[in-house]
Amino acid sequence: MTAIHLYALAGVGLFTLGLHALIVHAHLLRKILAVNVMGSGVFLLLVALARRTGEAIPDAVPQAMVLTGIVVAIAATALALTLMLQLAAETGHATLPEDQRESD
Amino acid sequence: MEALTPLALIIDGLLVLGLLWLAWRALNCTELFTAIVLFIAFGLLMALAWVRLEAPDIALAEAAIGAGLTGALLLAALARLQSPDADAAVTGRITPASRSTSPMFRLALLAALAVAAGLGHVVMTLPADAPGLSHEVAAQLAASGVGNPVTAVLLNFRGYDTLLELVVLLLALLGVWSLGGKVLHIDTDPSPVLDTLSRQLLPVLILVAFYLLWAGADAPGGAFQAGAVLGAAGVLLLLAGWRLRAGLVALPLRIVLIVGPSTFVLMAVVTLLVEGQLLAFPVEHAGLLILIMEGAAMLSIGATLAALFMGGNPDNQQVHR
Repeated sequence: MTAIHLYALAGVGLFTLGLHALIVHAHLLRKILAVNVMGSGVFLLLVALARRTGEAIPDAVPQAMVLTGIVVAIAATALALTLMLQLAAETGHATLPEDQRESD
Repeated sequence: MEALTPLALIIDGLLVLGLLWLAWRALNCTELFTAIVLFIAFGLLMALAWVRLEAPDIALAEAAIGAGLTGALLLAALARLQSPDADAAVTGRITPASRSTSPMFRLALLAALAVAAGLGHVVMTLPADAPGLSHEVAAQLAASGVGNPVTAVLLNFRGYDTLLELVVLLLALLGVWSLGGKVLHIDTDPSPVLDTLSRQLLPVLILVAFYLLWAGADAPGGAFQAGAVLGAAGVLLLLAGWRLRAGLVALPLRIVLIVGPSTFVLMAVVTLLVEGQLLAFPVEHAGLLILIMEGAAMLSIGATLAALFMGGNPDNQQVHR
């Protein structure tokens, strides 16, 4: 068990927590948070695996991809939040239609 | 990497447990406000994890974006969602279906655990030594024009990734603008603390952004981190009640928004014609060309992030007031 495994498994754990929350929560803001946590898990896994270079410096290609990913993730989050606000303004609900039927 | 020493095990172990616990609490606590605050704390711990994984470039970006800007975006969205005239359906308390005792919750937990077991097994059976592309990056670093391998990958070796990423940012902003949301509007005057703080911090933030841009050639930093810091400066200004004057909205803002992608496209066309390859820089000019492109990218990233926080198309600002 090395630090690489520890962080890679933590990435898997975060992805799992996010996946679970994405399924069980109806509120869209919680779903957006869940997707962000899933993304963090994927980033953690990628960067942990990029560390498997022995004593040399880590692989820069996955690190650059994750850096790009973080910026894309915040842009996607901003778009998702705007969509949620529009939906709430139109329908009065911040949940998707299927979820409303369930909770009625 | 060798096996963990006891001290490193304690630090890494606590960090990982803290990350997982914060994520679990953020995703399952009753109040949305608490959830967002926990998520911001989660972002800060992620920045520490990046440092432990020897990824200081990502740590800088995460500290500015994951812990700062994302939190600001989420809180601004929550404030708009929970305006006084909103009904209870949008305020986001945990619904019965997502209570931890419901069968749905447990079924989803089982399914997620099955996914975790599969992924965990894959992770544990991966080869322990996999240099990936690190040898190729190290071999070509001298020809890239910069000394920081991450900057070399982002701006030189895989410059088209960064080009497309800038376009994605612009698309996200176009999406936000075309949805016709309202521009964030703060009625109250800023408190004296916020007002003074924003005035004092703004020059420092701009200085830090340009330092990160310059240092990014050979040390952790670069256009993304610098752009994120500029974006944070913009958010601070917006929170302190500062608004773009009408004359600056129409054309100047749009020019700043597209200066990054258009510089990349221009450079791509020029290198394609001169060098015969997309974004392949001549070795002797690579450093300068990368600095120019990073400067343009920084301005666009900063402006786009601040505009995303503003929420709606600023052209409509006057209409909603």
